[in-house]
Amino acid sequence: MAKELIKGNEAVIKGALLAGCRNYFGYPITPASEIAHAASKYFPLLGRSFLQGESEVASINMCYGAASAGVRTMTASSGPGISLKQEGISYAAGSELPIVIVDIQRGGPGLGNIAPEQGDYNQVTKGGGHGNYKTIVLAPNCAQEMCDLTMLAFDLADEYRTPVYVFTDGYIGQMMEPVEFPKAREIKVEKDWAVWGNRESRDNLINSIYLEPLELEAHNQKLQDKYQLIEEKEVMFDTYRLDDAELVTMGYGIVSRILKTAIDKARKKGLKVGLLRPITLFPFPNKKIQELGNRVNSFLVVEMSNGQMVQDVKLALLGAKPVYFYNRMGGVVPTVNEVLNKIEEILK
Amino acid sequence: MAKDILRKPKGFNDVYFNKPGADKENTHYCPGCGHGVVHKLIAEALEDFGVADRAIMISPVGCSVFVYYYFATGNVQAAHGRAPAVATGLKRANPDSIVISYQGDGDLGAIGGNNILQAANRGENITVIFVNNAIYGMTGGQMAPTTLVGQRTMTTPYGRSVENEGYPIKICELLASLESPAYLERTAITDVKNIMKTRLAIRKAIKVQIDNKGFSLVEILSACPSGWRMTPRKAKEWITTNMMPYFKPGVYKDVLNERKPYAPAKLNLSLDEIDEKLGLKEEAPSFPGDMSGLKENHRNPRIKVAGFGGQGVLMLGNVLAEAGMLQGYEVSWLPSYGPEMRGGTANCQVHIDEDKIGSPVVSDSTVLIAMNKPSLDKFVPDVVPGGVVLYNTSMIDQAPRRKDLEIIPVPASEIADATGDLKVANMVMIGAYLETTKVVSKEAVFAALDIAIKHKGFIPMNQKAIEQGIEHVRKIKG
Repeated sequence: MAKELIKGNEAVIKGALLAGCRNYFGYPITPASEIAHAASKYFPLLGRSFLQGESEVASINMCYGAASAGVRTMTASSGPGISLKQEGISYAAGSELPIVIVDIQRGGPGLGNIAPEQGDYNQVTKGGGHGNYKTIVLAPNCAQEMCDLTMLAFDLADEYRTPVYVFTDGYIGQMMEPVEFPKAREIKVEKDWAVWGNRESRDNLINSIYLEPLELEAHNQKLQDKYQLIEEKEVMFDTYRLDDAELVTMGYGIVSRILKTAIDKARKKGLKVGLLRPITLFPFPNKKIQELGNRVNSFLVVEMSNGQMVQDVKLALLGAKPVYFYNRMGGVVPTVNEVLNKIEEILK
Repeated sequence: MAKDILRKPKGFNDVYFNKPGADKENTHYCPGCGHGVVHKLIAEALEDFGVADRAIMISPVGCSVFVYYYFATGNVQAAHGRAPAVATGLKRANPDSIVISYQGDGDLGAIGGNNILQAANRGENITVIFVNNAIYGMTGGQMAPTTLVGQRTMTTPYGRSVENEGYPIKICELLASLESPAYLERTAITDVKNIMKTRLAIRKAIKVQIDNKGFSLVEILSACPSGWRMTPRKAKEWITTNMMPYFKPGVYKDVLNERKPYAPAKLNLSLDEIDEKLGLKEEAPSFPGDMSGLKENHRNPRIKVAGFGGQGVLMLGNVLAEAGMLQGYEVSWLPSYGPEMRGGTANCQVHIDEDKIGSPVVSDSTVLIAMNKPSLDKFVPDVVPGGVVLYNTSMIDQAPRRKDLEIIPVPASEIADATGDLKVANMVMIGAYLETTKVVSKEAVFAALDIAIKHKGFIPMNQKAIEQGIEHVRKIKG
């Protein structure tokens, strides 16, 4: 394995290419632009296709086309661009197309700013566009995971025929860390549903229209069954110093890194605190939260948003244990000491 | 003979198996609608050119949303207006396929206006069949971008007015102003003569794609008796009397003779070649380090580097992190980014640690490298007691006042200038830092330079600057 000091955003592209991604379509936006830069450099080198779309809307629809043709395809953006893509993502979910979408969050709402924030949680984990659908959401917190989870995203997208997000913030995208890349391997996925432009696939149809309500209901039920299966099989999380914890802290992306340092400091003060980091935000680690709810005293959710993930934690616990919340917004990243103070306040 | 004439083209389904409901034999189109004729002409062309197997039809949003009921080809249904983008994705994913974007006037001219413009301007090798009937049929007869001035629709009950809605958009004329499109023609479905012209235009447009000559579009003026509230016969007359004078039929662009066929080259790389192109075959050199013998205030540094944009602040941190990695430590490098990098102040935050790094943010630094005065003033208060401050005395006339720090003054800009280039002041600082703390070795830093600096010609100058920084600290430390 080759080890390289590399930006998370660039690790995404090397991971994507190693996962056999053939077509990249995207529109520039800070702080996700390095993904497009790296894609425009490496895709042609490997004889694959990079295209800067005329808009976010066009880019996601180009992905829709490429995914229909049965190839692995991706796009990347940040909050405002993700909002624009939502129509296309709804169509892709309805037509059951595997597309990998990277969201490097920035401050919002509106134009907001380009500093790291986590205000996109609701729009990526709850469907985001119109209709009854969800997407798988993977939340890397380091450059290594930017590669690894991007590769996994392509596998999950194909396995479940669904759009999959790689979802993080400007810090994780912009930060350089050592990444060990795996060697290239043969990627072969059977897609007998795709429109290949050949005799065998002539009867195939990529479509999200079901005019008859009963048919559309059946289609919706099929989608819901798929999401339930995903919830049963694909939950991923990471834990840190939870064994004897009285307080469980929760955060994803850069926040989980800050929490880890805060926990180390709190432990030195004798405070029994640990970390539950969801790696999949959908499916959400409800069972793990409930299990912890049976033996710890309380939870602390830290977010760089107005409190979006905390709602899911409360929903998982259904009032069983107190859920505290600490947040910063607008691109302000909470410091280790701020979080430490909050931990001390709760455990006092 | 008669049997043969009545046969449907092979590009067309005999039974519309995708159509819901009991009737699988009749189309969903109204009597007198032009879509059926256009469908037939496309299906015939696909069969005659022998490309029905390779063909992919895109169904838009509008009355032709159910194109996929009828065509015995691969079918993809697209969001409103996005057919050219979807077509682009399909074609780029599989350049051997024959992709036909079938669109109406609202889809193509209104909500998808930019998508068609940009696909045409890229010279995308697709065929667009644009059916212009001057109205939104599917949604119940509202105004289209091609609705004629004075024409009454559900949303222009007093007639389209120039003052409120402007003039109808002329797509062929608009696209003809672009360099890239290869072939653009407008025809009409009125009488046999015009249908034959339409037939030829559709065949030509599909042939353009088969020959890999780029973007082609046929705009077809077509009747919508239901939307226009007319009999089929009257509707056909209306095309001739009202539409054709404004939307003049004709060839708007034909540069096929000038165009060379282009198809993207196919590249089949071995796994080994993929690794090589991605730079995964180069094994980084290794310089195992050991911080156990270092002074406590130097170990596992949390470094803040700050200065003006252009002073190489990010590169300074990058080289330190890279060197740390080569020495086997955990490292992270976090930049300030965006507008503040363009001309303002820049800073980056580096961890070099024996253990896994939690927060990569450096709020309480153990090392501050300040290249200018604002940076020193701003970040000195955050340095932990016993921390190291290296500051550029060439640009900072006042030493930090704190007494609990290890302060190293470095005339970095002056040394750099004397070395030959003011730009290597950042490298002088690296030399000063490594000599002060010994966290990273000179060998590791030199190896890091090889990786981090793209223009290899600059490396000797950078190395020299690092040596000068080391020398400076040796001198002041005696």
